[in-house]
This record gives sequence, structure tokens and C-alpha cells, in this order.
Amino acid sequence: MASTEEIRSGLADIVNEVAGIPADDVQLDKSFTDDLDVDSLSMVEVVVAAEEQFGVKIPDDEVKNLKTVGDAVAFIENASAA
Amino acid sequence: MGILDGKRVLVAGVTLDSSIGFATAKVAQEQGATVLISNFGRALSITRRIAKRLPEEPPVLELDVTDDDHLARLADAVREHVDGLDGVVHSIAYGNPETLLGGKFLTGPWPDVAQAVHVSAYSLKSLTTACLPLMKPGGSIVGMTFDASVAWPGYDWMGFAKGALEACNRYLARDLGPQGIRCNLVSAGALKTLAAKAIPGFELFEHEWAKRAPLGWDLDDLEPTARTVVALLSDFFPKTTGEIVHVDGGYHAMGA
Repeated sequence: MASTEEIRSGLADIVNEVAGIPADDVQLDKSFTDDLDVDSLSMVEVVVAAEEQFGVKIPDDEVKNLKTVGDAVAFIENASAA
Repeated sequence: MGILDGKRVLVAGVTLDSSIGFATAKVAQEQGATVLISNFGRALSITRRIAKRLPEEPPVLELDVTDDDHLARLADAVREHVDGLDGVVHSIAYGNPETLLGGKFLTGPWPDVAQAVHVSAYSLKSLTTACLPLMKPGGSIVGMTFDASVAWPGYDWMGFAKGALEACNRYLARDLGPQGIRCNLVSAGALKTLAAKAIPGFELFEHEWAKRAPLGWDLDDLEPTARTVVALLSDFFPKTTGEIVHVDGGYHAMGA
């Protein structure tokens, strides 16, 4: 199982690829919309890519709760532990 | 053996795996079709990822139905993968939710209405004529409507665009009939797609189908709609054109 840091780093690479944001800026306390300027369409793509990479399902209804990078990392950790 | 064995189908408008286009592409493949899918702009990169979730990864074409150059190149782009088309699925609509939907009917500005009609209704005609050089008698065009014979809460100018789409379907049926090509629409009940989530107030009436439809209704189940689209693409509706087939559990036929 991937560690928190491995998930954060993998997610950072995805956010970088999808939205062009430097991977180093994608830290746990950062808000996708307020700090990183990830808009709703990019967020959809980040979710799709994260599902593929981490082998989890992130339901549409859950996405609105993933406000920070930390929220997303925690969700992926829990989903892959289940 | 499938009802689309040997058929080549373009599904225009596939974004997420919760889209009607995706569900249609999946059932079409399961029924033996060779499928191509398309999308446009920034959503194209989502489509390329989602394509891998189909039983067989289809070619993904870039097609903005409001871009004349894209439409002009479409036939050649399709020919890179298949030598013709037997079916075309139009699963495309857009109306600015900020200005046109959610109770904005009396204030919706014309440029936005024009865009909604262009993307959602006129595009059935432009997609069809762009594909026509690839099609032969027996071909089938299928589009997606949301019952435009009545007014809906929040749907506003998108309902207007769907009314135009329904008229477009009838005129295409008239003008394609002599070439042996059918054009029909599927009128689905409420479904929780990405597009539906963009409609402000949609959640206020989405549960009406489950209450009223005699066959029942599941907001998350795209398969009944996809199967009906596939049936219309097949040879089993040979003399049906200009039609609107309801896939709503029977909701439209009930008074209350």
C-alpha cells in the first residue's frame, strides 16, 4: 500500500500534468480551487486520472468534499485500504 | 452475435463514464459495433482517459460541432479508422448555466441562446451532413432529447434548444429518407450525468420519475437509454424515422 507521501506525490504529478501547476506547490494544506486554481473541468480530469493511478473509485458526489489536496489524499488512502 | 455486428458507429459527445455517450458506446461494442468517439476542447483529454474504460479502447476524434473546419475534416478523420459509418450518435448539448438555466428564461441573452441552439440543435444537422459522405442506405442517426413538448423547472432555454432539436430531427428524417437513412431521437427520463448536474434545480424534480413511472426509474442507470439508442442504430427499426422514443419508464404517458 502506498504511503501518504507517495499518494501526495502521485497526485501532485497528475495535477501538474492536467493543470500545469508545479508539482511542488501541491501540498496537503492547499485548496484545489483557492490556492491552486484548479477549475471544475480540470478537477474532473484529475479525479479520472487519480482513479486510474490509484485503482480507486471516487464517486461524483464525493468530489465536492475534496476541497484540499489533503482531503483527496485521505480519501484515496481510505478507499485503497477498504 | 450482436445486433450491431459489422456496423461502424461514431458516438459524438463522450466525456465521463457517467455520460449517455459512454454507456451507448459500451453497449454498441458489446453488440458487435466498431466504435469511434469524439469530444472537443479541454474535455478531449478527459475523453482520451475515459476511452480506456470501454471494453475495447476506441479511437478518440477531436470534433467541435460548431467548428466548420472540424466538420469539414471529419469524414477524413473517420476514414483513418473505418471505411464508412452505419450509425451516428449525437449526444451533445450546451447552454450557459449562469445565464440560461435555473429560472433565467425571462432574462436569457440572445448570444447565449444562439450558442445553446447552435451546439445543441443545429449541430444535429451539421454533424449529420458532415457524416453523410460516409453513410449508405440503412444508416441511422440518433440524438438525445429531454421531452421538449412541456416546460420543466430550471431547464429554461435548454428546453427551447431541445424543441429546436426535435424539429431538426423531423426535417432530417424528411431529407434523409430518400437516401434510406433514418433519424430519430431518444427522450430519456432524468439521469444523473455530468450535464444534468450542471442544471440548477435539477435535483428538485429528478425524483419525479421514480414516483410516477409505472416501470420505475433509476437515476443512475444509463443502460436502458443506451440499449434503446443501440436498438435504433440497428436494423430492427427499419421504417422508423423522425420519431422520438421515450425511455422514461412510462413517465410521459401518465397524467399524475
